[in-house]
Amino acid sequence: MDGKVIVIGGGLAGLMATIKLAEGGQKVDLFSLVPCKRSHSVCAQGGINAAVNTKGEGDSTWEHFDDTIYGGDFLANQPPVKAMIEAAPSIIYLMDRMGVTFNRTPEGFIDVRRLGGAKYSRTVFAGATTGQQLIYALDEQVRRFEAQGLVKRFEEWEFLSLVLDDEGRCRGITVQDLKSLEIEVFPADAVILATGGPGMIFGRSTNSTINTGNAAAIAYMQGATFANGEFIQIHPSAIPGRDKLRLMSESIRGDGGRVWVYKDGKPWYFLEEWYPAYGNMVPRDIATRAIFKVCVDMKLGVDGENKVYLDISHLDPHEIDRKLAGVVDIYEKFVGDDPRKVPMQTFPAVHYSMGGLWVDYNQMTSIPGLFAAGECEYQYHGANRLGGNSLVAALYAGMVAGPKAIEYTASLTRSHAELPLELYESAKKETQAKNAALFDMQGTENPYRLHEELGEWMVDNVTIVRENDRLKATDEKIQELMERYKNIGVGSGEAWGNQIVPFTRRLWGMMTLARVITLGAMLRNESRGGHYKPEFPERDDENWLKTTRADYSPSGPRFSYEPVDISSIKPRKRRYDVAKEGSKQNG
Amino acid sequence: MDKEITFIIKRCKDPNATSYWEEFKVPYFSKMNVVSALMEIQKNPVNARGEVTTPVAWDCNCLEEVCGACTMLINGKVRQSCSALIDKLEQPIRLAPLTKFPLVRDLVVDRQVMFANLSKVSAWIEIDGTHDMGPGPKIPQKVQELAYELSKCMTCGSCMEACPNVNSNSKFIGPAAIAQVDLINSHPTGALQKEKRLLALMGEGGIADCGNAQNCEKVCPKEIPLTRSIAKLNRATTLQGIFGWLGK
Repeated sequence: MDGKVIVIGGGLAGLMATIKLAEGGQKVDLFSLVPCKRSHSVCAQGGINAAVNTKGEGDSTWEHFDDTIYGGDFLANQPPVKAMIEAAPSIIYLMDRMGVTFNRTPEGFIDVRRLGGAKYSRTVFAGATTGQQLIYALDEQVRRFEAQGLVKRFEEWEFLSLVLDDEGRCRGITVQDLKSLEIEVFPADAVILATGGPGMIFGRSTNSTINTGNAAAIAYMQGATFANGEFIQIHPSAIPGRDKLRLMSESIRGDGGRVWVYKDGKPWYFLEEWYPAYGNMVPRDIATRAIFKVCVDMKLGVDGENKVYLDISHLDPHEIDRKLAGVVDIYEKFVGDDPRKVPMQTFPAVHYSMGGLWVDYNQMTSIPGLFAAGECEYQYHGANRLGGNSLVAALYAGMVAGPKAIEYTASLTRSHAELPLELYESAKKETQAKNAALFDMQGTENPYRLHEELGEWMVDNVTIVRENDRLKATDEKIQELMERYKNIGVGSGEAWGNQIVPFTRRLWGMMTLARVITLGAMLRNESRGGHYKPEFPERDDENWLKTTRADYSPSGPRFSYEPVDISSIKPRKRRYDVAKEGSKQNG
Repeated sequence: MDKEITFIIKRCKDPNATSYWEEFKVPYFSKMNVVSALMEIQKNPVNARGEVTTPVAWDCNCLEEVCGACTMLINGKVRQSCSALIDKLEQPIRLAPLTKFPLVRDLVVDRQVMFANLSKVSAWIEIDGTHDMGPGPKIPQKVQELAYELSKCMTCGSCMEACPNVNSNSKFIGPAAIAQVDLINSHPTGALQKEKRLLALMGEGGIADCGNAQNCEKVCPKEIPLTRSIAKLNRATTLQGIFGWLGK
């Protein structure tokens, strides 16, 4: 095979896609903003879901499928979700064979814990650093293929644009070496984007600093459809911080942690009172809104501030060390208190984007030859993601995207080598010109401060509670920021190791996607999963059981809607105060 | 009230330039860490003398000490800047880049050598393929707990920085890669190819270059028992040397 596939992103989805491609004999160029081992996947704490039924509770892939669709408030197309859930146990076993240090039962089997929105223990974990362990195992396998000459890695290179041929097919990319800031063009027969989520749009979140969403924004600006952008998950528990909101894993609640505040001088376990069937194990959107209500509406937050207690001080310290050491360490390091003794203080934070690039069931975007996998696409979580499902979705999507990209390249009548050289030369020139224009920006605005302002507006108006007049004002604000963007000053023209120029470029992508999120939220007049509007507090299946599609235009996103495939499970009302009624499995 | 923190930061615009120290004053806030101070400098790149300057370049990503990116010398000690809380540091605070790796700019260095070292020792498990073959071998809880300690290595470079035997005149692969050999070789499947990794450790720049200074374990932010791994592999490579040779 003399073709070439490019993978952009070295997190779980990108590495898994790379492995599948290399295993299929396909040569791969792998690009990553950071050394792959430093990708944001390392931050995933709680674990990865699969109905392995290790505890003999009677779990099944059908239950996992139903929990996922129900937890996602019926917005996900059901066939790909079903396929993912059915593959999940074999994905766990594969990662096990790669040597991931999963926690074990006394008999030596893979241990499982319970996470929110589930009635069964189906989350496989490696301490509280599951994502880190998974990515290290994949990184090792990729290194093995690298040693065999099948994979070429380009770490600390940034994706800048797609090369599209005269048929509109994706035929390569332009990239920038983040040391020299030089621009290069790389031809390919297919490109897989696995570039993660856009949390940085909200200034501070649980995301890593590279999670600007800019790669997805670039694809969107070049014609790829963006789907369900308004669905942003706010995680119930994070440590507030000036630089980052540090996630405190849902596994804390899964392993017995309780959420409470003082009311009338006594501890009040409000989740347990309001949701007796699930208690502290309600899904994230439900827990987040409850905490918001207690702190903001009822003013019962700890010390009158926006904080609640997340308490594990009643648990066995040895069990805490065995299962939660990673997160407990983070709390101790950044706050200074020992959660084994003192209840933690946490508040919700922007965590995950259910929305992303629109893809078909083969993980291909609306641009032929451009695939997407992982958090940068929209396919597996509907309106709300269940804890433990992101890792399985990232790995599964990578497992689909790799082979599908090979299939696609085999179907091409012309390989990239037969395309006119001019296509690549002009793409490179265009990107170089844009890069030079960025260096020429010598205005008075500071890009980091503009970013801070964007984040403040987004957090205040486009997170837990959304109101149409405030969404409208936010969109106007974003447009004002986009005007002020033109007056940014990037300072010295030194290219080597320059960080301000790449950041300025990403900021434009963040602003562009911020509009997709904000306007998508404004138009969706209902409440569903992570999207909650007090003006429209109910889910409205008649009008809104639809996937949002946003297409780029210079004046702003153009929205259209498409029906959701509900072929397996009929929508029913989602509630967690009583046990979930089962859905019927019909064939 | 308006407390300011003084930072003295080693700057250098590229590997061929001369480095210099630049002083910054950053307004204090509660729970401030070194990374958020650097972020404040990005938003207001003005030095202590009131001159507009370039923002300080540094590496960071996760900001919760699991990615390893933001390692630097803080008051002369190697550590991650995200978990370096200002309240616990002596002032003025001096920031400098790691010295055992090629400099890129300011506080950014190139640690690719650490990943290349993982290749040298084949730090991976040879699986037959990614097709479904059921679960891997059963593993006792105790074995998993020991392996987990080693698998938390985030390739941050702290051990390399602290090791006197890692320097520009040596090819020593350093403690991190050795501990990863221990991790893979102690896995039942990884053990099937353990000789290959032991032989790599017996080559140039291998385990014999360890001078047993034991600095590595002291500076490891993840408290990985690096010296235990080194001792274990010292024995294993010695045995491999004797019996591997006899076997031929």
